[in-house]
Amino acid sequence: MMLALTYDVGNIWLDSLLGLLAIIVLMTVGALALIWLERKVSARIQMRLGPMRVGPYGLLQTLADAVKLVGKEDMRPRSADRWVFELAPFVVFVPAFVAFVAIPFTRDWAVAFLDLGLFFIVAVTGLSFVGFLMAGWASDNKYALLGGLRAAAQLISYEIPMVLSLIAVTMIVGSLNLSDIVIYQGRVPLFVWQPLAFFIFIVAALAELERQPFDIPTAESEVVGGPFIEYSGIRWSIFYLASYTNLIVYSLLGALVFLGGWDWPLGREAGLWLQVLLTFGKTMFLILLFMWVRFAMPRLRIDQLMSYCWKVLIPLAFLQIFLNGLVLVYGWPDFTLLLTSGAGLLLAGYIVDRTVRADPRTLRMVPANPGAAEPAAADSAGS
Amino acid sequence: METVDINVNMGPQHPSTHGVFRMVLTIDGERVMDVEPHIGYMHRGAEKLSEEMDYRQAIGYQDRTDYLAQFMNEQAYCMAVEKLLDIEVPERAEYIRVILCELNRIASHFMFLGAFGIDLGHFGTSFTYGFREREHIQDIFEEVTGERLMYSYFRPGGLVWDVPDNFVQRVRDVLPKSRQGLQDLDMLLTGNEIVSVRSRGVGVMSAEDAVSWGLSGPLLRAAGVEWDLRRDKPYSIYDRFQYDIPVGTHGDVYDRYLVRVEEVRQSIRIVEQALDQLPDGPIMPEKMPRKLRGPEAEIYSAVEGARGEYGIYLVSKGGDKPYRLKMRSPSFCNLSALRDMTIGNYVADAVAILGSIDIVLGCVDR
Repeated sequence: MMLALTYDVGNIWLDSLLGLLAIIVLMTVGALALIWLERKVSARIQMRLGPMRVGPYGLLQTLADAVKLVGKEDMRPRSADRWVFELAPFVVFVPAFVAFVAIPFTRDWAVAFLDLGLFFIVAVTGLSFVGFLMAGWASDNKYALLGGLRAAAQLISYEIPMVLSLIAVTMIVGSLNLSDIVIYQGRVPLFVWQPLAFFIFIVAALAELERQPFDIPTAESEVVGGPFIEYSGIRWSIFYLASYTNLIVYSLLGALVFLGGWDWPLGREAGLWLQVLLTFGKTMFLILLFMWVRFAMPRLRIDQLMSYCWKVLIPLAFLQIFLNGLVLVYGWPDFTLLLTSGAGLLLAGYIVDRTVRADPRTLRMVPANPGAAEPAAADSAGS
Repeated sequence: METVDINVNMGPQHPSTHGVFRMVLTIDGERVMDVEPHIGYMHRGAEKLSEEMDYRQAIGYQDRTDYLAQFMNEQAYCMAVEKLLDIEVPERAEYIRVILCELNRIASHFMFLGAFGIDLGHFGTSFTYGFREREHIQDIFEEVTGERLMYSYFRPGGLVWDVPDNFVQRVRDVLPKSRQGLQDLDMLLTGNEIVSVRSRGVGVMSAEDAVSWGLSGPLLRAAGVEWDLRRDKPYSIYDRFQYDIPVGTHGDVYDRYLVRVEEVRQSIRIVEQALDQLPDGPIMPEKMPRKLRGPEAEIYSAVEGARGEYGIYLVSKGGDKPYRLKMRSPSFCNLSALRDMTIGNYVADAVAILGSIDIVLGCVDR
């Protein structure tokens, strides 16, 4: 009920302060829970148990880790650019949290219902690359610099298809207010009308979150954590917290804009807790999707990442906008949106398939000792 | 605009150098302009130390060179000493040696498959799958030798002791698991589009270059050269088994990966045949001298290790110690081609190429 409190007080200063407090507490706890969840999910995928020792099923593990990280020495390389180095974590952290201000969780739960909510979120989250660049530059470390530049290139590039896919949605809804967008999806969620835009959004979100297969800026096996390489203790954990908060932001955004938020399929007359449950469930679905992809995929190379963005996603996003424009201008019925966008998605699948699909390669098998007798047992075992 | 190439020091502490290896990369943006490998961080002087040991004592140093394919090293060393002293190895010992060597190859390649996934950016998933399979085999080794890493199980003349009674059954139980595990990894990696685009056409080495660099093992075969010491310089009892030698067609990272996957299958085949034919009998010759004293001679013996040709060049001037012992380690020779393969590729490719060489630093530095 914490969020409901936020507009009951009446004093505008107290309201906003309480709202921000609620966001910070909620999202910090959420991020801690997600870190635990990710470790458990990864463990399940990798045939491990994951954290089991601290608390039941290791539930308190992230708390213990957080305490450990806070207690660690906050180190700074002597040659680092002091202020830039120390401010960088916050430049990444603040946008992730500020974005929550504009996100409605249910019909009447939000810190602020902004008419330009979607615009605000996109604008604010797009700032975080500055923090990566700052961290990369100020660390005075070549890995960090490489990682920072990779982050800047990647985040700026993928911002474009993400914004374009959201523009496609707002064209149909006719509003940038997230509540309006959700309410529009009362009967049919937008991922049905706009499958291509949804696909582009998911891919771009994966890239914005720097998760496999797009974890190029922090690539563990190449640049060893990229911009974060010189950070330790609390500053490092702020980066970490920000990355999980971003995960919540993009998943919530996807749940609201494409999966119908709290409205679909129960309708807006559903009770408050049902609405919360719906939003939560849809968000969790996207979060688990992102986690699943992360542990099942290797990493792309930077040039492949860029060409995928500029040669595939952006043209397709423009195609989606163009198709929506046609439908809107000529006033064709709704199902044409599904037809055109679905055709676009098939086209996307075809292009990606043609680009990466190569013939399965077979090796030349040279039999050694063909004269030697092979017992029947080996044959029946199917070698 | 005037730009400056930067030098990036990759290693000796870096997650993807597979040990204490250091590459100084000169990079222009993301492109590698030059690579300077630095080795020697793990140099222990194993060759020199072996000169101070008698022939049996030096076996321990063989384990410590290529610590992922220990039995092959012991095999090469014991074969050299046996050749020097003209010792006949009993049948049963030869079979057990072959079984253990091929199991070792399987374990080593599983390690490669797991680590290769990590080099390409898998977040540990392939690694845990590879390690599970390696662990099954490691358990067998532990039961047989009492050790998990430094086995010291082969002796000039045979084996130190016989395998446990349930050995054959244990191996038979593990082989289907290995086959299943290989299939799991195969499904995870081989058909994956990202693995495919990351490794096809990367780090290409032609057959001529591969030969002139002195590459061996999976790298050479991936480059399209049919060369497997087990077939071409037959040693031990490898001429009694049927198996295929996988040969690549492109010589890139993807081919090296495929060759290793196929080699696991073929090794399973060899082990199955060897288990069927495993005879009873002694594991050491009847009359073994207490002190091994060799004549004056120069011996070279080589085996097809998991990474390529592992050779022992042994010079004896009489007495119970080698005058000189040279180890021809496959990792070292294969690593020498790194610069040629890497220049012009991206930083991410450099990691994949290094991973595809599958170096063991203990073997590079000795």
